[in-house]
Amino acid sequence: MTAGLATAHSVVDPSPLTKRIASVVVIGYALITLVPLVWIFLTGFKSPSDAIAYPPKIFAAPTLEGYCNLFTTRTRQAPDYMAKLPPAANLCDRISRGRNMVVAGPSNYIPRYINSLVIAFGSTALSVGLGTLAAYAFSRFKIPLKDDLLFFILSTRMMPPIAVAIPIYLMYRELGLSDTKLGMILLYTSVNISLAVWLLKGFIDEIPREYEDAAMVDGYTRLQAFFKVVLPQATTGIVATAIFCLIFAWNEYAFAVLLTSGSAQTAPPFIPIIIGEGGQDWPAVAAGTTLFLIPIVVFTVLLRKHLLRGITFGAVRK
Amino acid sequence: MTEQTGLSLIDRAALVTPPSLARRVHGLSERAIAWVFITPTMLLLLAINIFPLIWTIWLSFTNYRANRPNAPVLNVGLSNYQSILTDPDVWAAMTVTARFVFWTMLIQTVLGFTLAWLIDKKFRGHGLWTTLILLPMMLSPAVVGNFWTFLYQPQIGLFNYVVAAMTGVPPSSFQMLAQVPLAPWAIVIVDSWMWTPYVMLICLAGLRSIPDYIYEAAEVDRASPWRQFWSITLPMALPFIMLAVLFRGIENFKMFDMVNLLTGGGPGSTTEVASITLKREAFEKWRTGYSSAFAIILFVTVFGLANIYVKALNRVKSR
Repeated sequence: MTAGLATAHSVVDPSPLTKRIASVVVIGYALITLVPLVWIFLTGFKSPSDAIAYPPKIFAAPTLEGYCNLFTTRTRQAPDYMAKLPPAANLCDRISRGRNMVVAGPSNYIPRYINSLVIAFGSTALSVGLGTLAAYAFSRFKIPLKDDLLFFILSTRMMPPIAVAIPIYLMYRELGLSDTKLGMILLYTSVNISLAVWLLKGFIDEIPREYEDAAMVDGYTRLQAFFKVVLPQATTGIVATAIFCLIFAWNEYAFAVLLTSGSAQTAPPFIPIIIGEGGQDWPAVAAGTTLFLIPIVVFTVLLRKHLLRGITFGAVRK
Repeated sequence: MTEQTGLSLIDRAALVTPPSLARRVHGLSERAIAWVFITPTMLLLLAINIFPLIWTIWLSFTNYRANRPNAPVLNVGLSNYQSILTDPDVWAAMTVTARFVFWTMLIQTVLGFTLAWLIDKKFRGHGLWTTLILLPMMLSPAVVGNFWTFLYQPQIGLFNYVVAAMTGVPPSSFQMLAQVPLAPWAIVIVDSWMWTPYVMLICLAGLRSIPDYIYEAAEVDRASPWRQFWSITLPMALPFIMLAVLFRGIENFKMFDMVNLLTGGGPGSTTEVASITLKREAFEKWRTGYSSAFAIILFVTVFGLANIYVKALNRVKSR
């Protein structure tokens, strides 16, 4: 509002009472929806019996048992065998001895987590790399059937993943790509590239063409102008796009559960099958879930200014 | 994005160079660069999207079974399509999917728009709370959905406990995931918990796109707040609401992760959405030809509905 108006706030500025009511409702909603996330975090530090206590315990004596169970496999042993063992070497040893168990070895969680990292970063690098090139071409050059090609790229997203998985399963079996990281990287790249092209085209459209034109007058070739003028200008957009691709690949479940079983399995299909003695080991599941979600929470906060654009394929820009 | 301050030499040159002159400056021919840049993306999509799609179409006319690769493959014509369209189980799955899409869209639109409208009142700290509200939608539906099975446990689950504390019903008297009338709602609740923020964020953009002067003019005309809401706020935010529903509708039509982990389609087949039926046919019963035909039908349905919807959206936008 221009200065000089007599009123303290403009006619369209809501009254303090309205603001108060709005803040109470919104904060109330936020707190309620955060409960499941807080519960995941807290459950990770409970003992198995505290986790399934009734009434539910909000705070229990904190223990790292859930994290130990997440990272190790254990076997139950007879008391006389236990008595002969040397003293426990570390915290997880001590905790499992208390339950008449011995740590048998590492669990599959870390390999699965590493698979998730490799596949997510690999497919992100590929889709952003290829996507930047294609987006630049779509943004700057006359391409026959441009709109149709762009729509075609987007429409590949409309297939239900299970439908895509049927022929991919057959194709990968023929090519020897079943349950390989390379196969999953290529698959996630093909899904992410539509997002990458659409988002990046929007970001590159916003860079004035005159920058490149001027660079080319100064003797740059088109390619040099692309690398030395456009790419630096598009860095923010490229990083935001990369984080979106990363989050998608990190979260993906349908392809992973259908097409991987061992060496290329990612964390999402693995976490639900963490079981202890007599059913699911909820503290271990919660611990695995917490470690899996933390990177996304960090990225979401970093990305908050670009979220809107990312989730609408660039259709809505602020 | 673009810096306003500190114009470099290139920036300043940019302001004075006519584009026509600039474009004549050579290098590798423009057309060559365009094709070199686009071809890798297109090849990848052809290899991993289009070729499999064509393969699926071919399979849908056969009796092929992926678990018997050496059995003779017979061309069965349209009989797969025929049996799908007359299969009551398939129609049941489509009905479950449609009802699921309807209720999630309704709840998320009402809730999401209300939240956006309240956040747009710009109370103190609204930025922080908006970010916090957005968190669930970025998380993995599978991993978080899996944890919800714990919250839904009778006896020990937090959800049952809270409902019991508020209504006085014993917490072990109902099982969200195992009772026929409750299981669909269990999924609707988790889906809405995750995706209401999505609708909210897009609605918020819509509300912020309405210029202040329209409200100022309405204020001058002494239009009541009620009237302002119905004649300005809602109509002007409508294209955004519809866009959110489009994106979420497509996603929820394809819905798989959460249902697979929460109920697996059960109890019975009360929550068996189309993707779950498709998974059963393709990867449990291994009726590859039959499920390929089903996949094609689903794809055509999503594609067709989305196209009709986009036409409606464009009509609203151009009003």
